[in-house]
Amino acid sequence: MSKIDIAVVDYGMGNLRSVSKALEHVAPGKNVAVTSNPDEVASAERVVFPGQGAMPDCIRELDARGLRAAVMDAAKHKPFLGICIGLQMLFEHSEEGNAAGLGLFKGNVKRFAAVDMFDNQGGDKLKVPHMGWNQVYQVCATGSQPHVLWQGIEDGARFYYVHSYYVQPENESIISGYSNYPKRFTCAIAKDNLFAVQFHPEKSANAGLQLLSNFVNWSPKSP
Amino acid sequence: MGLAKRIIPCLDVTNGRVVKGVNFLELRDAGDPVEIAKRYDDQGADELTFLDITASSDNRGLILHIIEEVASQVFIPLTVGGGVREVEDVRRLLNAGADKVSINTTAVLNPKVVQDAAARFGSQCIVVAIDAKKVDNQPFEWEVFTHGGRKATGLDAVKWAEYMVSLGAGELLVTSMDRDGTKIGFNNPLNKAISDAVEVPIIASGGVGNLQHLVDGVKEGGADAVLAASIFHYGEYTVKQAKEYMAQHGIEVRL
Repeated sequence: MSKIDIAVVDYGMGNLRSVSKALEHVAPGKNVAVTSNPDEVASAERVVFPGQGAMPDCIRELDARGLRAAVMDAAKHKPFLGICIGLQMLFEHSEEGNAAGLGLFKGNVKRFAAVDMFDNQGGDKLKVPHMGWNQVYQVCATGSQPHVLWQGIEDGARFYYVHSYYVQPENESIISGYSNYPKRFTCAIAKDNLFAVQFHPEKSANAGLQLLSNFVNWSPKSP
Repeated sequence: MGLAKRIIPCLDVTNGRVVKGVNFLELRDAGDPVEIAKRYDDQGADELTFLDITASSDNRGLILHIIEEVASQVFIPLTVGGGVREVEDVRRLLNAGADKVSINTTAVLNPKVVQDAAARFGSQCIVVAIDAKKVDNQPFEWEVFTHGGRKATGLDAVKWAEYMVSLGAGELLVTSMDRDGTKIGFNNPLNKAISDAVEVPIIASGGVGNLQHLVDGVKEGGADAVLAASIFHYGEYTVKQAKEYMAQHGIEVRL
């Protein structure tokens, strides 16, 4: 078995081809593997944790493949990128199916509330799922630089979203980006070796490819 | 600023080529799908839709190769429809690199396919395409048609839209069969009626002839996304020009 540079965790929930193709595009010399083998996730240099569908199903399928320990370990120790449900699963609890998450971060996953779904300006109805290109605003602590994964990406650049739930971290210091729909919601978190986003960088044209490129070249300090 | 309205060029594909017809007839060759997809991506298209209108089942596999090829070079969402008959077809298209699969005639013949596909792959990747026509012989205004607009179903398009969303459709592609290929603009009352009735985004389709039609589709039709084919294929307008025009008219777009 050749060494895996970037493992894309496959727990049987949907199409990971887009993610792996985009990673291959930004890291031509690297061995990108879509894998459901915990040993391969454990031995990979960096890990991408995507997700589609409903969170309770994702957690169930992750456990059915014995991947939980390898994913938790990677999230704590190596360059790790969560995408969409791969962000949501890192939290304690989701309103979707009233399900427990992996609990790596304190906080909940909430649904866009129907009462809020009106455009502030025109009063038009806003649709759920939140589907399409929205502006992403980068968050950094006063006096510090934006996170390395935002390098080369304009503040307010548009990324492609499709989701009905969003994360609410208890510890606001992990928030690395937000969007408005219509209220502000967290769309990116960062802690040590981990970065996770609600939008789909693999479907976000140049801005997304830049973020993935930043990820594959990222050398975070060990926690 | 918030969510942008999307512009979606549509590529009708048959036997591996992009074509465009008027009212689903008189097909003209418009070029190589991969080249066209890349051109639209460069122009700033927000998404691409491929409709496989291949008549014979022999050549249906061709669309999978096209999607594989496009998906490895173009990094925006891809929707594929046409000829989806069972959940297995949805799986094949998603595996080839489609992000969403659009279900049309099969949704009418066997609604359970919509339900099963949404349950298995998630609502986010299930689009139901509704072809509707204005009718005089029914207690409602717009009727659902299938088989490329040839068969009436007796279904009220607005009620049908609500039902499809209840089964798990994550988005609706609404095509006015009266308008398709005519270049006289979207059927905005139809789109508005459906958009108001459901929680999910709707894509307006059928009838775009100029850039004002796109603006009207959003402002009057309540569309979350607008789909067009011929105005882009024959180089009348670029996607970028369309977006600039929409922005000038107060619509939020990704520029």
